[in-house]
Amino acid sequence: MSLVITDLHAQLEDGTEILKGVTLEIPAGEVHAIMGPNGSGKSTLSKVISGHEGYEVTAGSVTLDGEDILEMSIDERSRAGVFLAFQYPAEVPGVSNANFIRAALQARLPKGQELDAVAYYKSLYEKMDLLEMDRKFTARAVNEGFSGGEKKRNEILQMLMLEPKYCILDETDSGLDIDALKIVAKGVNAMRSTDRGMLLITHYQRLLDYIKPDVVHVMSAGRIVKTGGPELALELEEKGYDFLKELTVA
Amino acid sequence: MSYDSSTTIDQETQTAIDIDRSKGDFKFPERHKYDAGRGLTERTVDYISDVKQDPEWVREFRQKALKVFLEKPMPTNWATKDLENIDFDNIRYYLSDGEKPKRSWDEVPEEVLKTFDRLGIPEQERAFLAGVEAQYDSEAAYSNMKEELTQQGVIFVNSTEGLKEYEEVFRPWFGKVIPTGDNKFSALNSAVFSGGSFIYIPKGVKLKQPLQAYFRINSESFGQFERTLIIADEGAEVMYMEGCTAPKFETSTLHSAVVELVALKGAKIQYVTVQNWSSNVYNLVTKRGLAMEDAEVRWIDCNIGSRLTMKYPGVIMKGERARGEVISIALANSGQHQDTGAKMIHAANHTTSNVVSKSISVGEGRSTYRGQVHIPKHLKGCKNNTECDALLINTKSRTDTYPAITVKGNQHATQHEASVSQVSEEMLFYMQQRGIDEGHAMSLAVNGFINDLVREFPMEYSVELKRLIDLEMEGSVG
Repeated sequence: MSLVITDLHAQLEDGTEILKGVTLEIPAGEVHAIMGPNGSGKSTLSKVISGHEGYEVTAGSVTLDGEDILEMSIDERSRAGVFLAFQYPAEVPGVSNANFIRAALQARLPKGQELDAVAYYKSLYEKMDLLEMDRKFTARAVNEGFSGGEKKRNEILQMLMLEPKYCILDETDSGLDIDALKIVAKGVNAMRSTDRGMLLITHYQRLLDYIKPDVVHVMSAGRIVKTGGPELALELEEKGYDFLKELTVA
Repeated sequence: MSYDSSTTIDQETQTAIDIDRSKGDFKFPERHKYDAGRGLTERTVDYISDVKQDPEWVREFRQKALKVFLEKPMPTNWATKDLENIDFDNIRYYLSDGEKPKRSWDEVPEEVLKTFDRLGIPEQERAFLAGVEAQYDSEAAYSNMKEELTQQGVIFVNSTEGLKEYEEVFRPWFGKVIPTGDNKFSALNSAVFSGGSFIYIPKGVKLKQPLQAYFRINSESFGQFERTLIIADEGAEVMYMEGCTAPKFETSTLHSAVVELVALKGAKIQYVTVQNWSSNVYNLVTKRGLAMEDAEVRWIDCNIGSRLTMKYPGVIMKGERARGEVISIALANSGQHQDTGAKMIHAANHTTSNVVSKSISVGEGRSTYRGQVHIPKHLKGCKNNTECDALLINTKSRTDTYPAITVKGNQHATQHEASVSQVSEEMLFYMQQRGIDEGHAMSLAVNGFINDLVREFPMEYSVELKRLIDLEMEGSVG
């Protein structure tokens, strides 16, 4: 059971190639981190896996527990088990958080089956308590007027509610103060499980102090250039991304 | 909320522009005893007067109106050229079976009963309505209200009965809020009107439940011209709701109503419309209310159906501290033009008006907002707030805003806000990434856009509204 990315190439509509052959396997039960400088293709990788229409896959494959997901629509991939915690979550004016999450859960039920509203709210409140979110949050419109920290917490809340098989967190630590970061990490750690794989995309080591990865990858110029244990993150922090230049040349 | 999570919309649904007309898209064979035939002449008007046994003053009123209609040019200097496609010579102006409206559904002819049953009217009546009038082509087939309202002196009848049985209340206000010559279509209605409601709420009577009218067109190449007059006496309160459907015919159909509201001192009238005509109906309606001292008139108006709707509900605030409001939602799918708006005429000191309009244009659908706010120089302390927001879904959609705010003098407060937004690709990607398919994501975005206005509708209607929008949006993607 794993999310397998093999020799993935993807380009923008104008033909600029962003992913230049990414190969990566995230087995269920493991937490992987991808680090790398801005513009290395980290966020693009998360969007391509999710099916964003702004990118064209020109070669390679992505399989989820053996199933090819590149042929699936965005929502099919989500229901198959891919969750992306966005770096910049979109606002959905006028749609309450409670209704939005409910619609996402309802979309996972067979036709004709209604979500149990009582059980839903019970579960929602439990998870909001874990993330120290005010109950008033349920009635607010999705991400509208949210602070950066509130948006990130909302992403984690949705992840907790949807219980995906594979979670991709794109720069979830950016824009968070230390208290918010701890809360977010608590939510993510609560999701760690032997049957769930996670991919943390981050620019800094800081997040990894709170969410311990099993494997760390370094990405540069559209490729994974180095893979190692948690110590690799520390090495990067110490030496800075400049030492990547040696790797890329080599 | 219920839908198939693995929805694949079939081809037929995808190509159909107005898929939700399914609910109203059925008809029964015509069974009309009285048919005014095609085209409009003095003889047509005479025929209608004869069948309806009009009093002499009504007969004259109609004939004068016919002349005004024929003299007035089409307003194509400012409105859409699509009006020229109405073939007035091919329309049938009066169709009825000659029966009086029944007080019990049991007495309503079977096919007519089946029609309204399918539309859920008797069920709604039992559930939450104080009274119902159900019009089938030119005349009401059913009209009834709760016994206690009769005892309180409430009058709720069709216009024909109103003008004959209650002339002393009806006649002083009839055609006064909207004069015959107000526009070409108010003149047309004045010449051939039939059906619609006459309502009188006595002093101080406050209706707890709404009265409802349902307008049904069953016949092809037909024009429906109902005429409604609602008078709320001092301190009275009433909510009136109207709904409408028609089957989708090969040829276009005309619906041209005139609705006049009179709210006397301290009275409140709320008029709620959910318009879901099939997409070849020309819906050209004149609606205006008169609000006297401390009175309030609210139009809550939702236009989802029709080929072309032109409707600008208005309030004339004639007494001090009168209030006028228009809450408007319009959804224009491909092949539709929703040309809607509001007219707020301030004619006394310290009057307040509020206009909130939200339009959604999908595919090649077109929405237009036309507003008029008039505050003359000699008044003081008047307020107007106008907000119009447009949501465009895909690049072919079109929206136009023509606000005209004429404020003279400097002792008034007005504000106007307008916005145009789109359902962005990033918003859709976000929703789809959560597992929601594109159609439902669109529905959510659209429902979110109008959410604050939907709350203004009675609960039973807001549920229906949401359902209609979901269906429209699902049909518009793919």
